[in-house]
Amino acid sequence: MNRSDILRDIAPVTRDHLVVCNIGLPSQELHMIDDQPTNFYMLGTMGLASSIGLGLALSQTKQVIAIDGDGSVLTNLGTLPTIANNVADNYILLIIDNGSYGSTGDQPTYAGKKTSLAEVARACGCDNVVEVTAKDTAQALTDALAAERMTVIVAKCASGNIKVPVITKDPVVIRDRFMTAIQS
Amino acid sequence: MSISEQIVGDLVANDIAFVTTVPCKQLGGVIDAVEAHPDIMHVPANKEDEGMGLCAGAWMGGKRPMIIMQNTAIGVTINTLVTLTQFYRMPLPMLISYRGELKEPVACQAEMAVHTKALLAQLNIPTYHFHRKSDADELDAILKYTFMCNKPVAILTDATFWGGY
Repeated sequence: MNRSDILRDIAPVTRDHLVVCNIGLPSQELHMIDDQPTNFYMLGTMGLASSIGLGLALSQTKQVIAIDGDGSVLTNLGTLPTIANNVADNYILLIIDNGSYGSTGDQPTYAGKKTSLAEVARACGCDNVVEVTAKDTAQALTDALAAERMTVIVAKCASGNIKVPVITKDPVVIRDRFMTAIQS
Repeated sequence: MSISEQIVGDLVANDIAFVTTVPCKQLGGVIDAVEAHPDIMHVPANKEDEGMGLCAGAWMGGKRPMIIMQNTAIGVTINTLVTLTQFYRMPLPMLISYRGELKEPVACQAEMAVHTKALLAQLNIPTYHFHRKSDADELDAILKYTFMCNKPVAILTDATFWGGY
């Protein structure tokens, strides 16, 4: 299974929750598979999905799922201590770890080599870290939502991308309908 | 009332409830006052662009945010300011210590100081420079302006403003 297979699998779980989705192909795939007003698509700013998700979770009470990638988390590795030390039990960070920078042509990341993001997250002080295989991701996400405890899920999957159109929605429209969905 | 207490009073009066910071000697008093204030959630960041991501999420979640950082952060955060804060049209007051100005003891800091205003102007970011204590009297209006127009706004505070160190 690759990233798009996981996104199809988890769509029934994420649909009813606030989702902050990583830049590039993850957002484009999520947009194509299951566009929802509760989805915030990042159109730029690699690495900040986890930070935006944490800020959002700390500022209101609904559950928030940040869908991130291994390459993006490596770009903003300081996010993991910040997450660990500012516990938001309505926050789940789902790192879809395909070991590559998918949006730029599947160049390998260090997470696909020697670096374990799950171990890094634990070392940073994150209390609930689970590493799962791709097929178990939807169940792990369901369990984490039910537990209502801040959780970092590292879902290991194969690299590879599908053909997917870019998102042409205006950023202010994406942001405005997301904020309306938060308040509803 | 200290200048730090005055500044934090203006933040609270403008409903700023989420403040992210990176460490700074000049702004240390403000950071301490932010940490101590019961109406402000203080989330220290490890890097300024991370902090801007936190602020974006906080604002969408209903808390007015602010970032406290040094002007060297302009060198770190241009992409984030442009492709997140400005692209999605989000408000972000940036209280910035203007290192490298008059009374600066560290030569290296002057190198970013000479670029700071030019970079902010290039980004079309409204910029205010606090040089004398009385300049801080404008902070309340600057904050109201920031949340009126949904822009990042820079408030540069130099060493003379803080009384030197």
